[in-house]
Amino acid sequence: MRLDVERVGLALGGVDVLRDVTLSVGPGTFVGLVGPNGAGKTSLLRTMNGALSPDTGTVRVGDDAVADLSSKATSRRVATVPQNASFAFDFTVREIVEMGRHPHRSRFGRPDDGDVVGRAMARTQVAALADRAVSDVSGGERQRVLLARALAQDAPVLLLDEPTASLDITHQVRTLDLVRGLVDEGGRTVVAAIHDLTLAARYCDELVVLGDGRVLDAGPPDDVLTGGALRDAFGEDAVVVRHPVTGTPLVTARSEGGPPRDASVHVVGGGGSATALLATLDDAGFDVSVGVVNEGDADCETARDLGLEVVTVPPFTSIDVAAREAGAEHVLRADVTVLADLELAAGTVPNLELAAESDRLVVVDGRPLDERYVDDAARHRYERLVERAATVPESDVLDAVLAALDGSPDHRVVEADTASRPGD
Amino acid sequence: MPRRSVRVGAWSLGLLGLLAAVVVASAATGSVHLGYATVAKVVLDALPGFSFDVPASARTIVVDLRLPRIAVAAIVGFALASAGTVMQGFFRNPMADPSIVGVSSGAAVGAVAVIAFPATVPFGLPLAAFVGAVLSAFAVYLLATERGRTPVATLLLAGVAVQTFLGAVVSFVLVESGQSLREAVYWLMGSLQAASWHQAAVAGPVALVGFLVLYVFARDLNVLLLGEEEAHALGVEVEWTKRILLAVASVVTGAAVAVAGVIGFVGLIVPHVMRLLVGPDHRILLPTSALAGAVFLVATDTIARSWSAELLPVGVVTAFLGAPFFLYLLRKREVHTL
Repeated sequence: MRLDVERVGLALGGVDVLRDVTLSVGPGTFVGLVGPNGAGKTSLLRTMNGALSPDTGTVRVGDDAVADLSSKATSRRVATVPQNASFAFDFTVREIVEMGRHPHRSRFGRPDDGDVVGRAMARTQVAALADRAVSDVSGGERQRVLLARALAQDAPVLLLDEPTASLDITHQVRTLDLVRGLVDEGGRTVVAAIHDLTLAARYCDELVVLGDGRVLDAGPPDDVLTGGALRDAFGEDAVVVRHPVTGTPLVTARSEGGPPRDASVHVVGGGGSATALLATLDDAGFDVSVGVVNEGDADCETARDLGLEVVTVPPFTSIDVAAREAGAEHVLRADVTVLADLELAAGTVPNLELAAESDRLVVVDGRPLDERYVDDAARHRYERLVERAATVPESDVLDAVLAALDGSPDHRVVEADTASRPGD
Repeated sequence: MPRRSVRVGAWSLGLLGLLAAVVVASAATGSVHLGYATVAKVVLDALPGFSFDVPASARTIVVDLRLPRIAVAAIVGFALASAGTVMQGFFRNPMADPSIVGVSSGAAVGAVAVIAFPATVPFGLPLAAFVGAVLSAFAVYLLATERGRTPVATLLLAGVAVQTFLGAVVSFVLVESGQSLREAVYWLMGSLQAASWHQAAVAGPVALVGFLVLYVFARDLNVLLLGEEEAHALGVEVEWTKRILLAVASVVTGAAVAVAGVIGFVGLIVPHVMRLLVGPDHRILLPTSALAGAVFLVATDTIARSWSAELLPVGVVTAFLGAPFFLYLLRKREVHTL
């Protein structure tokens, strides 16, 4: 059954919570509503099931406007799994699931629904809880009870408000697998507000990005997540990266950190050695640049995802003169330069030379030298660098950078031995 | 757990048996003590299809003096407990009782007005009390309704405000009228002293029909306990159902208050105790609460009646026994806050 939202506008308490929202979901489609808190996801779901009447526009289920249908008729077409339900009095789990049959029962007749209730409980794995009081089961179990109730309701359209919010990861995946199955095999129309963008991207056919009551973008997850709408919705801190194993988009947000600092840091890294550093320094509000790294290198990707300035050379090529010059320029301009604990290969030498040009250098010494690949020429350079730099474990980088900025003469910390040697 | 219909049947039969026992015990109790067997014979003899040889004096005492009062007590207890069960579910509030929307205060205004300014209308006092009850419930409903919606919280607050206002009206009328103070105070405390077969014949059908209507909505009431939005999503016509439940519960309460005055605690405590015993499902809770209410009020009225020659209002006994018991349940955490 189709679900069509046509130019819906809604104000609650004088505040516009939905503005001109239009979207259309066909049978066998799973649409995820994403967006920050207060974007209007729950309000949109509530207009879809008729709990709220839109001020303008219409919501249609099948061929009829929800506003023209009775509660009973609507509830036979649309089942809703609310985000959090309060349970007054101690109904058992079975009694709650049975309430899903309410729309199908007449006031006087005997119920005739076979074992719909039993099957719904089995599919959501709450059958073992059937005779427990619903107020005594855990939050995650309760969420599955609500899903069971919606299954018992047996409606062609299913709306879910944060169905995985209080579930552990196993049940998150099981729940969404179940919903996915209802879409694929049962041909149901599903709309779910899902705050976990990664899960949403993995299970939904389409994502709709809501921001401030408007539809900012809609389409297949890949397009939506890589488009600019997420930044519009979530602000500048949203970061989309590729999962290193599955290649699916992963969405995360940087912590807001402190206010931007009026200081720049250049990071010399490569091969993934600087990935964590970059995030740490960027979060701390520094103006961070990176180089020289190869295009496609993990550090390069991270820097791009974070929107940092990067000096690169093409993949699998060594650092040429032009790149070295560009890198040196960054080092000279930066207030502090940080050298990550990179592999000391022959190709690293130009990078080590770059670092040597800094008068405020912090060397990260997370891994002992004998665990790295070490070339003799590079080792020589490196040892000279270490002599005139603050050498710190990765966890202390921020403090070391701040100390270097203060220009304190004693910022040079010489570690007797590497603090973080594993297995000591 | 056995099937629900079996549980409903078993509980109802058990409570009916208990009610019969309490009725016989109550009819045997009084200034003239009668044997249980005699009483049972008189009661059965009064029913069609049975015939027993009983002394005429015993028949007079039981049928004309004691049974009317017992019947009214049973009807009032039945009505208050049904309405109380519905109001607690409706308001999702453990402190809701049948009078929460101002029914008792409205009835009190009607009753006190008739006591202070006597008029010679048949059933004058009960009629005035009933009209006052229904009018005040309707007023509360109107005050709490805006654009076709009646939020339960607003209803609750409007009920409290109207109760307070009507309480002031009652006090004012009492002070101004002066001489009939004692009679009015007596009525306000809740008493079955004036009970008659006439009262039973009028209040009984109202309570029974009202109960049946409420029972038809038992499943909707269950779903309403999940909250109005959930109930809507599960196919309940929320506002319409609320209107019916409120109207019927108010009429049922009004009928009880009209004949017995303001008897507290029956409609509050009986539903709580039955919920502990049978669970929250109104399809079993409503009938068992109603019957238990009848048992409770017949028993407490018997205590009131036999306590002293100075007739003790039954409302005093229900509150005196009910309040400590309720506190006990509360301390034991048997009564849940919602």
